[in-house]
Amino acid sequence: MSQPFRTEKGGRIDRNEQLTFTFDGEQMQGHKGDTLASALLANGVHLVGRSFKYHRPRGIISSGSEEPNALVGIYRNGDQTPNLRATQVELYQGLEAISQNRFPSLGFDIGAINDLMSPLFPAGFYYKTFMWPKSFWDRVYEPVIRAAAGLGKPPKKPDHDFYGNLYAHCDVLVAGSGPSGLAAALAAAETGAKVILCDEQAEFGGSLLSENSASVDGKEPADWVAVTLARLGAMDNVTLLPRTTAFGYFAHNYVALAERITDHIANPDPKLPRERLWQVRAKEVVIAAGAIERPLVFPENDRPGILLADAGRTYLNRYGVKVGHKVLVATASDSAWQAAFDMADHGVEVAAIVDLRETPPKNLMAIAEARGIRVEAGCVVTGTLGRKRVKAALLGRLMTSGQVASGGQVECDALLMSGGWTPTVSLYSQSRGKVVWDGDKGAFVPGKSVQHERSTGASKGLYGLQATLEDGYAAGENAAKAATGKSAKIAYSTATGGEASNGGTLGALPHDRNASRVKAFVDYQNDVTAKDVKLAVREGMHSIEHIKRYTTTGMATDQGRLSNMNALKIASGALDRPLTDVGLTTFRQPFTPTTFGLFAGVSRGDFFDPVRKTPSHDWVVENGGVFEDVGQWKRTWYFPKNGEDMHAAVARECKIARESVGLFDASTLGKIEVVGPDAAEFLERMYTNPWKKLATGRCRYGLLLNDAGFITDDGVIGRLAEGRFHVTTTTGGAPSVFARMEDYLQTEWPDLDVWITSTTEQYAVAAVQGPKAREVIAPFIEGIDLSAENLPHMSVREGTFCGVPCRLFRISFTGELGFEINVSRRHGKMMWETLAKEIEKHSGTAYGTETMHVLRAEKGYIIVGQDTDGTVTPQDAGMTWAIGKKKLDFVGKRGLERPDLKADGRPQFVGLLTTDPKVKLEEGAQVTVAENPATGTSAEGHVTSSYYSPALDRTIALAMVKNGQALEGKTLYVPMPEGSIPVEVTGTVFYDKEGARINV
Amino acid sequence: MLLIYCPYCDVERAETEFHCGGEAHIARPSDPSQTSEEEWVEFLYMRSNTKGVAAERWRHIHGCGRFFNAVRDTVSDKFLKFYKAGETMPDLEKISKEAGK
Ligand SMILES: [Zn+2]
Repeated sequence: MSQPFRTEKGGRIDRNEQLTFTFDGEQMQGHKGDTLASALLANGVHLVGRSFKYHRPRGIISSGSEEPNALVGIYRNGDQTPNLRATQVELYQGLEAISQNRFPSLGFDIGAINDLMSPLFPAGFYYKTFMWPKSFWDRVYEPVIRAAAGLGKPPKKPDHDFYGNLYAHCDVLVAGSGPSGLAAALAAAETGAKVILCDEQAEFGGSLLSENSASVDGKEPADWVAVTLARLGAMDNVTLLPRTTAFGYFAHNYVALAERITDHIANPDPKLPRERLWQVRAKEVVIAAGAIERPLVFPENDRPGILLADAGRTYLNRYGVKVGHKVLVATASDSAWQAAFDMADHGVEVAAIVDLRETPPKNLMAIAEARGIRVEAGCVVTGTLGRKRVKAALLGRLMTSGQVASGGQVECDALLMSGGWTPTVSLYSQSRGKVVWDGDKGAFVPGKSVQHERSTGASKGLYGLQATLEDGYAAGENAAKAATGKSAKIAYSTATGGEASNGGTLGALPHDRNASRVKAFVDYQNDVTAKDVKLAVREGMHSIEHIKRYTTTGMATDQGRLSNMNALKIASGALDRPLTDVGLTTFRQPFTPTTFGLFAGVSRGDFFDPVRKTPSHDWVVENGGVFEDVGQWKRTWYFPKNGEDMHAAVARECKIARESVGLFDASTLGKIEVVGPDAAEFLERMYTNPWKKLATGRCRYGLLLNDAGFITDDGVIGRLAEGRFHVTTTTGGAPSVFARMEDYLQTEWPDLDVWITSTTEQYAVAAVQGPKAREVIAPFIEGIDLSAENLPHMSVREGTFCGVPCRLFRISFTGELGFEINVSRRHGKMMWETLAKEIEKHSGTAYGTETMHVLRAEKGYIIVGQDTDGTVTPQDAGMTWAIGKKKLDFVGKRGLERPDLKADGRPQFVGLLTTDPKVKLEEGAQVTVAENPATGTSAEGHVTSSYYSPALDRTIALAMVKNGQALEGKTLYVPMPEGSIPVEVTGTVFYDKEGARINV
Repeated sequence: MLLIYCPYCDVERAETEFHCGGEAHIARPSDPSQTSEEEWVEFLYMRSNTKGVAAERWRHIHGCGRFFNAVRDTVSDKFLKFYKAGETMPDLEKISKEAGK
C-alpha cells in the first residue's frame, strides 16, 4: 500500500501495527517503532522545513538528536510543542506534526526570497545592518526581525502537563548504551555496584541496532543487545533508563538526566508526569556517548535528500526505510561504503560511490566491484541540482595540481555523505575536562579526567566493534572498582565484523564552481556557509569564540556537534594557523534542548514560592481586606468599606486609630529569643544601645548596624528576665538578623554563653493602638496591671489573654497609646477575632500596612529599607540618641569613626512640606537647590516617604537631603516633568511633637 | 551542585543545605577602637579573591546551623579539606602542592 520507500522486510519496526499520523495536515501511515523522521521518509517525504535565514528547503539529514533541519511542532491537547527533532519523535497513533519557519506553506514560502537576496545577509549582518537610523530601532527593525526570526511558534497556553523530579545516588552512571556502554554497565553491575544506565533513545543498543554486517558471540548484534539487557534487567542493583538524556554534567559528579515519559504514548495516563528530572550523584561516571558522522562541505550540500551516510544506513537497517531509489554515496571514509553495500543488498540502485581518496581500501573496492557498484576515487561532489529534492550531483575530479576538473553529472534521488566521525565529547567537556587533539584520528578526544569519570568507545575516538566492547568492559570494571573497591571477572563477549572505519576529512571540499555564487553549508540550522566563516576571519575575528558569535556557527541546538570541526578547519585555513591554535568552543549544558517544565518541576502556581499567611488572614478575606505581598508574606494593605478607594479607606483608618482605636496584625515582625547568662552582653555588642542596665519588664528601641557603620535593622527589645530578651526585627530582616547574630556568636564571640532561637512563626502578634487601646484589651488580659503607673510606655509583662499565656508589650509605632499582644501562633486567630469584635464597641477599625506607614510617618519613625538604603548612619538618620555613648564597642562603632562617615555634606533625614498642601511628592523624586537646575546638576537628595496625612489634612514627606538638618525652614525644589515643586525643609516629626499622646 | 561535608554532622550533603560565608580566617579585631583606618578598611572590605586554593566559611544553614571552614580550589571546585570553626588555618600552599596544583 502506501509507504513507497518501505523495505519489504527487516528493521525493528512492528509491521503488524500500522499507525496513522499527519504532517501539515496530510494523512500518512507508519509503523510502531518508527520515529516521525523514519515514517516521513517511508512516505517519500524529505522536505520537512525551511532554513532559519534563507528559508531554503531542508530535509532530514541525520537519525539522531543532533538533527539540525527536521525541527517540527507536535500538536497535543490543543496546543503544540515547537522545535522537536523529528528524528527523536516516536510515532504514535494520531500524531499531529507541523513544519516550521515557513509562510504560507512548506512548499511555497515567501521568506525564500531571502535566499535570492543572500548577498545582503553576510556573516554579522545583524551587527552591520540594523544600526542606523536610531529611529528605526523600535518601529522598523525590531518588528521585522521579530517576524522573521525564530524557529517554531511558542505554545500560547499554560503547560497542561506536569513534571517529576527525583534524586538518585549510584556507584556508576553509564551514559549511552551502544556496545561500549552496554559492556560497561554489565561489567560494573556484575561487581554488585549500583548502576544507572541511560540512553536518549527509545531503545538501548545504539549503533548495534542498525549493524547487520557483524556478529557478537555469534549472534546478530541486536540479539546480543536483547540478551545483555535481559541480564541487566534481572539485577536489582541496575536501573535502566531509556528515553533519558544525560544533559548536564556539573561539579562533584552531579549529573542531570531528562527522562521523557509520555511524549511517545498516544493516550498517556493523566497521572503520569510528561518528563522527570533525575538529579544523580554518581560516585563514578562512564561516558559512552558515541560519535557522530560529519557532513561534507560542498556546494548545495543542503538539499532535501542529502543525508549522512550512517543515517541512511540506520533508516534502512533499523527502520526498514530506503532514503531513495537511486542513491549516490559521497565519502572520505570507509564506513559510508558499508551504507552503499547495504543499499545495494536491499535492491536500491547505488548511482556511484564517490570517494575523496585517490586509493580507497582494496577490500572495499572488491566488494563494490562484486556488487557492480560504480566507484569514482579521487573525486568530490561539487554541487547538486533540484530545489525541493536532490535530482543530480555534479562530480569533480581532484587533479595533482590541487585544482578540480569537472567530472560530469550523476542523477540520484538521495545522496549519502560522510566526512568521517567526530567523538561526542560534550559530557566530558561539561565535566570541565580539556579535550586534546589526536592527529592520527583527526579529532579532539577527551584528555585528563577532572572529575570521577572516564570516556569509553567511540566517544574517546576508539572505533571497531571488538575494540569498543573490550574498552567498555574495562571502563565498567574500572569505574566499579573506583566506586566500591570491588571487582568481578566476567566473560567478555567477542565480536566479528564491524571493523574500525578509516579515513575522513575536515573543512570545505575543493570545487570548480564560482566561489562567490555558491553556498556550501557548515551549520545547517543557522545557515552558515564556508564563505561566512572565511569572511568573519577577513573582518578580524581570529578566535573561534569570536567567529562563532559573529557567524552564529555552532550556535544551533546541537551546539555545533555537526558543524564545529568543519568550521574550525575552514577558519584555521583562512587564518593560516594550525587547527589546534584556533581552539574549540566549549560545550555547555544542556546537551540537547530541554523543556522549561523539566526545570520548573512542581514549582509552579501555588508551589512557585511559599505563601506565608498571618493569623488574621481568613478574617481579612471575609471582611474584604486587600492584601499586599511583603516578601513571601500576605499582609493586609487596607480595608475598604462601602466601595472606598485606597485613599479614602486609609484616611478613615488613620482617623479612627488616632481618635478611638485601631487593630493591626503585626505577626510578620521578626522575633528572636536571646537567652543565657551573657544575653545582655551579647545584645550590648550587637546593638548600638546599652542593654545591661535595662530593667526586667522594660523595653528599648534597638538599632542594628553593620561593622561598616550603616543601619541594617531595628526593632523593640524587651527584657523578660535577667538572662532572657525578646528581640523584634523588621519583617524583611528577620532571617538575615538571625543569621548575623549566629555568625558573631559562633565565630567572633564563641566564649559568650548565649542561645538564640528564631520565634517569628511561634508568636501571633496583635497591635492595638489608639486612645481606647487599654479599654479594648482590658477585658481579656489577666495577671497584668494595665495602669499607666505599673505599665508605662516601653514596658513588657507576661500574663494571659483569654486564658492563654501572652507577652504584652506596651509599645507604639503610631504615636498613640499602644499595646502589642504576643500569643502562641495557634491562638492567633482566636486573639484576632476576639479583638476585632471588641473594637466594634469603641467604633474602632482594623487597619493595614498603608495606614501603619502613614501613622508612623506622621511621627517621623523611620522604616529601615525605605528611608534608609544601606548607606545611612545613625547620625544621618538623626538617631544619635540611640547610641550608647559609654560603650567601648558594638557592631558598627568603629565603622562610624571613619572620616567619610563623619564628614560634612552627608545626606540627613528631614521632613519636607510642599508649599501647596494638596501636592503629594513622588517617592524617589530628586531634591534640588535650584528651581530649574541645569542639566547635569547633582541632586541634593531624594524623597524616601510621601503620604497624605489625615491628621494634618495635608501631604507630608520624609527625605534624605545633603546637610538637611541645617536647612530647616529653607525652600528646596523637587523638579518633575510637569514643573518644579517648591518644598520647605522641616523636622521629621509632624504630629504630636511633644509625644503627649503616647504617655497616657 | 557541590557536595559538601559538614564536620559537625559528619555527613556529606548537597550545596542547597549550606550557605557560603566568604573568605575564612578574617577575625574581627578584638579592640576595633585601636585599629588604624587602613587596618579597619582591610578588615571590612579587602578580600583575597583567590583563583586557586582558598579557605572559606560555610554554614550548614538547613542542618545543624554551625559555621565551619573548607579549603576549596576555586577553579576546579574541588574541596581539599573541611574543618571546624576555631581550628587553625591549614597551610594552603602545602594543600595546594599535595593536590598537584
Ligand atoms: Zn551540620
